[in-house]
Amino acid sequence: MSITQKKRLTSDAMSASLAGEDQRTTAAPLGHALVQLAQQDERVVGLSADLAKYTDLHILRDAMPDRFYQVGMAEQALLGAAAGLAMEGFVPFASTYSVFATRRAYDFLCLDIAEANLNVNMVCALPGLTTGYGPSHQATEDVAILRGMPNLTIVDPCDAVDIEQAVPQLAAHNGPTYMRILRGKVPRVLDEYDYTFELGKAQLLRDGAEVLLISTGLMTERALEAAKALTQDRVDVAVLHVPTLKPLDEETILRELGRDRVVLTCENHTVIGGLFDAVAHAAIRDGVFRQITPVGLPDEFLDAGALPTLNDRYGLSTSKIVERVKSLLDPKHTERPD
Amino acid sequence: MQSTTEGAAVDAARVQRIREAAYRIRTNALIQAEVQGQGYIGQALDVADVLAVLYTDQLKFNPADPEWEDRDRCLLSIGHYAIALYAALAEAKFFPHEELETYATDDSRLPMSAMASYTPGVEISGGSLGHGLTIANGVALGLKRKGNPAFVYNILSDGELNEGSTWEAAAVAAHHKLDNLIAIVDFNDQQADGKSQAMLSMEPIDGKFETFGWITRRVDGNDVEAVVIALEELRASDAAQPRCLIVNTKLGKGVKFLEEREKLHFMSVGADEWQLAHQQLKEQFEA
Repeated sequence: MSITQKKRLTSDAMSASLAGEDQRTTAAPLGHALVQLAQQDERVVGLSADLAKYTDLHILRDAMPDRFYQVGMAEQALLGAAAGLAMEGFVPFASTYSVFATRRAYDFLCLDIAEANLNVNMVCALPGLTTGYGPSHQATEDVAILRGMPNLTIVDPCDAVDIEQAVPQLAAHNGPTYMRILRGKVPRVLDEYDYTFELGKAQLLRDGAEVLLISTGLMTERALEAAKALTQDRVDVAVLHVPTLKPLDEETILRELGRDRVVLTCENHTVIGGLFDAVAHAAIRDGVFRQITPVGLPDEFLDAGALPTLNDRYGLSTSKIVERVKSLLDPKHTERPD
Repeated sequence: MQSTTEGAAVDAARVQRIREAAYRIRTNALIQAEVQGQGYIGQALDVADVLAVLYTDQLKFNPADPEWEDRDRCLLSIGHYAIALYAALAEAKFFPHEELETYATDDSRLPMSAMASYTPGVEISGGSLGHGLTIANGVALGLKRKGNPAFVYNILSDGELNEGSTWEAAAVAAHHKLDNLIAIVDFNDQQADGKSQAMLSMEPIDGKFETFGWITRRVDGNDVEAVVIALEELRASDAAQPRCLIVNTKLGKGVKFLEEREKLHFMSVGADEWQLAHQQLKEQFEA
């Protein structure tokens, strides 16, 4: 078969929508939530470093141009300006890609914003494996970089519901925040559950007696799908969603870890320095000795390629989570007769 | 306030008053440096005249209310110059003169590098270079958004211009027509490893800022009359552009044996030399 005949999988590099074709979605939830907030609170302003269109901030820019500042492709200038606006009493939402805010402008985030404990909210796109563009754009270690930064609140939302509900809470929080956003057509998942985003809180989305999946970010959607799939195998799986990675809701996590179940953490981030580390850290400090298996990205610079391929390759797809859970269970468990 | 136009002289009594303030700021700097026996003494002495112009003649502020909404904001990028800023803030009565003797000691409000959370009148935590102008942009945008006519000043060093973020900020300031922003570059031709011009020359500094869309002036930063005139001209301009004043200064200015010292960036002064420093400072001031 020639190259032209064979259909090859690709991923649209920057405008990739994560949602499947049959999925319920909301377009640009961050942008619309910001417009709504800005209409109610005149302190709210948006800034971007040449990526408004790719972080959904163009919605605010177009609806309320007077409330938006473009600084060009200059991330250090972006975060410094956000700090200055916050010093003057405004509540800036600054957007770029996660890689640029964290790797490139770390010193500005740390000293201008976090040390001064200013109400600057970084809303940054392309977290973890959400583009096949390669390591230049894949923020696989942003949470690891940022967890050591005092004063900073870190949010990894699951879906459009999380993003919409987080925006006003980030603005109300008197200190800096970093949210790894999903953009474009963002899935709606959590409104099927009795769920409301609460900054700093983890929430049990479904209970289960045998397995506990502690998940954050878009991996919560896959954890829920995996839990449903495992029901077919009569495996009873709980899903604990942890949208705020710092400060971590240790009370809820330790409560759930206290039950005798197979435990996995699921994160769209390297297994170093993210959710797995945070949960393990809390468990050991509290004397909870339980094996915890991380589902996350390897300690590697990831391949470029099509997202479905890469999600399978690195174990982040729903089917790979299912396989991983099964491999951890007593083989007899899943083979028992009806 | 006496208005000035280009080439116009500033009233002699006013110049004398500022020079006296600069002398006291230098004395204040020496008092702090003596606590530690070393520090950024050369820089404090070189920038004292500019700080005297700002804090005793040009800036609007209220030492009893450091966060007074109508104040001019003066952001010190170069946190290293802390003793210089503290010396000026003490002269401007933000805190008692005696507090200078606590400089860089335990529980002092005057840490070795200037930080906003510690000291009344300090607007930002500088020290990591190349930050001040980026923050000044946001402050300038914020003031405009509030309709507040105050000015934002940012004191940078010539070495700091090596940091690329300064030029990101310079471009943003010009693009957003921040005519309420005045950058003051202290050109003392000295950075950690040696002379700035031998490390990474940024000359022509005025030409670079102008190319980025700024209005510039360049004067002898140890001539208070020239600094006053330049600042008033820059502030009075109707151009929708940010403004930059480059001040050529001399390391150790005012203390002859320090002006001539070889190692200038982070200066050690012997225990026996402090009295001499104060003496020479007085002699040069009275000369």
